[in-house]
Amino acid sequence: MPEIWARIEDVCVRYGPKIVMENLTLDIVEGAITCIIGLSGAGKSTTLRLLNGLKQPDSGHVYIKGRDITTLRERELIDLRRTIGFSFQFAALFDSLTVGENVALPLRENTHMSEAEIKDVVAHTLESVGLAHMEDRYPSELSGGMVKRAGFARAVAINPQAVLYDEPTTGLDPIITHVLTDLIVTQRRRLNGTAVVVSHDLPSIYLMADYIAMLFEGAIVAYGSVEEIWRSENPIVQQFLQGSEIGPIPI
Amino acid sequence: MKVLDEVGRDTTSVFAYAGGVSELLVDALRFIVMLQIRVGETFDQAFLLGVQSWPIVVLTALFTGMVFSLESAVQAVSYGVGNLVGGVVAFSTVRELGPMLSAVVVAGRTGAAIAAELGSMTVTEQIEALQSLGLSPTRMLVVPRLVALVVMLPLLAMIADVVSILGGMWVAHIYAHISYESFIDSARFIVPFGDVLRSLVKSAVFAVIIAIVGAYQGLSTRGGAAGVGRSTTGAVVVSVILIFVFNLALSYLLYGGS
Repeated sequence: MPEIWARIEDVCVRYGPKIVMENLTLDIVEGAITCIIGLSGAGKSTTLRLLNGLKQPDSGHVYIKGRDITTLRERELIDLRRTIGFSFQFAALFDSLTVGENVALPLRENTHMSEAEIKDVVAHTLESVGLAHMEDRYPSELSGGMVKRAGFARAVAINPQAVLYDEPTTGLDPIITHVLTDLIVTQRRRLNGTAVVVSHDLPSIYLMADYIAMLFEGAIVAYGSVEEIWRSENPIVQQFLQGSEIGPIPI
Repeated sequence: MKVLDEVGRDTTSVFAYAGGVSELLVDALRFIVMLQIRVGETFDQAFLLGVQSWPIVVLTALFTGMVFSLESAVQAVSYGVGNLVGGVVAFSTVRELGPMLSAVVVAGRTGAAIAAELGSMTVTEQIEALQSLGLSPTRMLVVPRLVALVVMLPLLAMIADVVSILGGMWVAHIYAHISYESFIDSARFIVPFGDVLRSLVKSAVFAVIIAIVGAYQGLSTRGGAAGVGRSTTGAVVVSVILIFVFNLALSYLLYGGS
């Protein structure tokens, strides 16, 4: 039995009158890459935010390594977030800081490392995402793919136990998409941790996923290995994988 | 029933807003009490929000002092109390015009800037990014702006006082032939030093209003560029209204009937 890093249990989330999640239950396996797929607006990004406490469910529980984080106070959530990296869809780099300062920020604020050590870690982390010697560039001076990689670097700089990736390859060309997919795999190995990736970029998912969960109308409708999902007889899953207009998913 | 529904909703949102602003203030004060203040960032903000505001504060204070003196000096001379003009100008400037003018000008310039910057960071997920790194946006962004403004606004108000009084003195001299000595003597006689200190307390309170309302508006921004615009406008409007309301309360508390 694989060990469970996180468990989302019977979670309901509403945005105003709109129900985004209804009794959603999902296990995230430790030391693996779990990809969450689904239509736009299905609640994929909300799922990621539940895992680091950025979003509190209206009901239900979220356990990280067996600890219910829905009962934590803000101070405890801050401590939890320091152990979980988050790579945002549009990188969310601080535009007033250079790339190096962005990556250094969590190290400066959350550790007792010296400036020399921080400089080393920043250089090494940027090198690991293919951005060697880019420390002094501002985010506005980078291409889309480079911005995403800088976001990756900031997310993994403090060696988190898990990294959450929100749409890491959306809107990028096939070559950069491949590079980023490889990066997610190599970073997971380097950190020896867990990765959760929200995406609807299927070729990329087939390359990196150990497990796939499909979200539809606020619930998980399919979960398994790439092969299991690929062979799923669920018509919702098949319609999504084939990108077909015909099927139970309303257009 | 529909009207009552709307009144109920509006009342709830006013209380929710007041609660949100108060919560942010308490959170910021907690970091300040624990001395978790980012010194470098606070100096940067003091320069951006405070030092760079001095030209506009000086200009508005200068012309207001001059107009005030212009309209009061001739009247006072005609009633034979020209020797009181300095006192009247200094009294109203130190107690009301200096702190109020500087606060309203800074609310327009700096409160809007805080709301726009934090609002833009909110809609581009930079605030969430801070939280995801285990960093508190209150400590990282709000506290430096709050501390910087609480230090800088009283200084700006003092500059406004001095400039306004000097402008008034010059106009009184040119227009109503009131000597500089008479103007200064009157000012010194009527305005006790305690009033200057109390006006600094007013400015410090106004600084808290501007910084916290601006930050709250920015951090609660929703809806992209249009949302940033709404937050910026809201920050200025709410700050200015609160400055006027608190000015009345503070004048009563600090000066009473004197």
